[in-house]
Amino acid sequence: MKLPDFLRLSPKWAPYVFISPFVLLFVVFSVFPLCFSLYLAFQSWEPTGGLRAMEFVGFSNFAFALKDSWFWMSLKNTLWLAVASGVPQHLVALPLAAFIHTSFKRLRDGVIAVYFLPYITSTVAIAIMFGSLFSKDYGVINATLASLFGMEHVDWLTNSVHIKPAIAFIVFWRYVGFNTVLYLAAMQTIPGELYEAATLDGASRLRQFFHITLPSIKPMIFFGVTLSVIGGLQLFEEPFILTGGKGGPQQAAMTSAVYLFREAFDFNDFGGASAMSWLLFLVVALLTWITNIAFRTRKGATQ
Amino acid sequence: MSAVASTAPQIGADAPAARAARWTAYAIVGIGALFMLAPFWLMFVFATHSRGEIFNLPPPLWFGDDLAANFKLLTERIPFWRNLGWSVYVALMATVLTLLFCSMAGYAFALMEFRFKKALFGLVMATMLLPSFMNMIPMFMIMDALGWIDQQRALYVPGAASAFGIFLMRQFASTAVPRELIEAARMDGCGEFSIYWRIVLPLMKPALGTLALITFIQSWNNFINPLIVMRSTPNYTLPLALRSLQSTLNTEWGALMCGSAIATIPLIVLFAITSRQLIAGLTAGAVK
Repeated sequence: MKLPDFLRLSPKWAPYVFISPFVLLFVVFSVFPLCFSLYLAFQSWEPTGGLRAMEFVGFSNFAFALKDSWFWMSLKNTLWLAVASGVPQHLVALPLAAFIHTSFKRLRDGVIAVYFLPYITSTVAIAIMFGSLFSKDYGVINATLASLFGMEHVDWLTNSVHIKPAIAFIVFWRYVGFNTVLYLAAMQTIPGELYEAATLDGASRLRQFFHITLPSIKPMIFFGVTLSVIGGLQLFEEPFILTGGKGGPQQAAMTSAVYLFREAFDFNDFGGASAMSWLLFLVVALLTWITNIAFRTRKGATQ
Repeated sequence: MSAVASTAPQIGADAPAARAARWTAYAIVGIGALFMLAPFWLMFVFATHSRGEIFNLPPPLWFGDDLAANFKLLTERIPFWRNLGWSVYVALMATVLTLLFCSMAGYAFALMEFRFKKALFGLVMATMLLPSFMNMIPMFMIMDALGWIDQQRALYVPGAASAFGIFLMRQFASTAVPRELIEAARMDGCGEFSIYWRIVLPLMKPALGTLALITFIQSWNNFINPLIVMRSTPNYTLPLALRSLQSTLNTEWGALMCGSAIATIPLIVLFAITSRQLIAGLTAGAVK
């Protein structure tokens, strides 16, 4: 196919043509929204008033958020859920990956796929599924606990104390396989001679795990924990769907992202919600930074 | 990620202690796997039982005969076929646009020189780390300003500029597409578009397949974006429609499970066929 000369793209301009559709969408739907949300954080605005109804209010949106008890409560809920779902994920994923790494060969891909399946399943389907499993009088989880341990039925989703562990459990179930796969990928890069030498020296499997496996995959542990911190602080879909978009009994399952959504779309305060989103962004950045520091000092200590 | 070359410590079959250790590993990993699969199993089983039967004690663990009744109830409560159709349409459009735009830009980022290349790429990668809630409010306002509220294009157009897609495409193009080949084609008078279409794209097939899978699944499962921009039930994608069923009083659990199962089956089938490629792609950012 030969095009006439004036239609032929010169190599000089080609890269700009190739990146232009992407850049256009990137600017309109990523860069601009971000700048706009920063602008909005300093405005008082309700969408019903139209764009003209905006009014500059300085830092009062931020001041309001910092004094808002729901803002702090939702932040506490979020941190609680991030820790309660995140820590077990890694404590389980590490030994699990080691077991799969050392003992599975032919079935390995199948086993990995099973553990990974929840990660690619829709949150809505998962929340609906667990909504029935956690139901009080007839749910499978209560029935199992009752027959195994004689436990009384727990009102998982309608009690402000019990809903947090229920949601943390769902998040744990969903992401533990993802972390296992990360750790498996890292373990595959450890040279086998290290283990052979250790076995010859009479080191037990447990010692090998703590003295060879763990130190070798430290960068991946850092990466996995960072992903969990960032992901945990954004938790939205699971609590939103399980509580019908409201945050649960006494807002006990209202995470920061759920509150943000409600502030904007239930209470129509777009300026306030934007200010909150920037405050939360600072929290996420700060915690990511702290994770970074924690891993760096430990690394320095072992060297 | 290569699952083939195993560096695992090999266990002599003769040592009884090693054998015991291996069987312990089998047992633990096996029980864990059941624990991962059980909720899926119950979802499929419950999809075939009436609401009354689901909440029997003990609950049913094997299939019943109410699947047809549940499905009928589901189609009465929500415009199920329309919602399913929109889910398929949006996921396909998202996949086509993402592949096209990200492969073009990824190719340019990997093999061409242009002004502000490094700065632009850095900016794109930085947005990958931004929490998703940052986008919630401005996204709604932009869609409102564009008049895209309650329209499907609001669901598949923005995602086509995927930072992850660019990352994957650039990564792959820089190793799989030889610079000399492109120079040679240019010398032979091949136009820039035909170089992209006939040389670069075919060489990028594996990465395009991975990106297609990931984009399709993400779009299929997407909940936040439809929640923010879609307004009327007939325009909903499947996840949003199922959620609307749950929020009514007297949830019809059988019908709801049936709908959730139908929304999950395509994913399980897709995953069963492509799990290795998909897992490698989804963890690509971590491993490289």
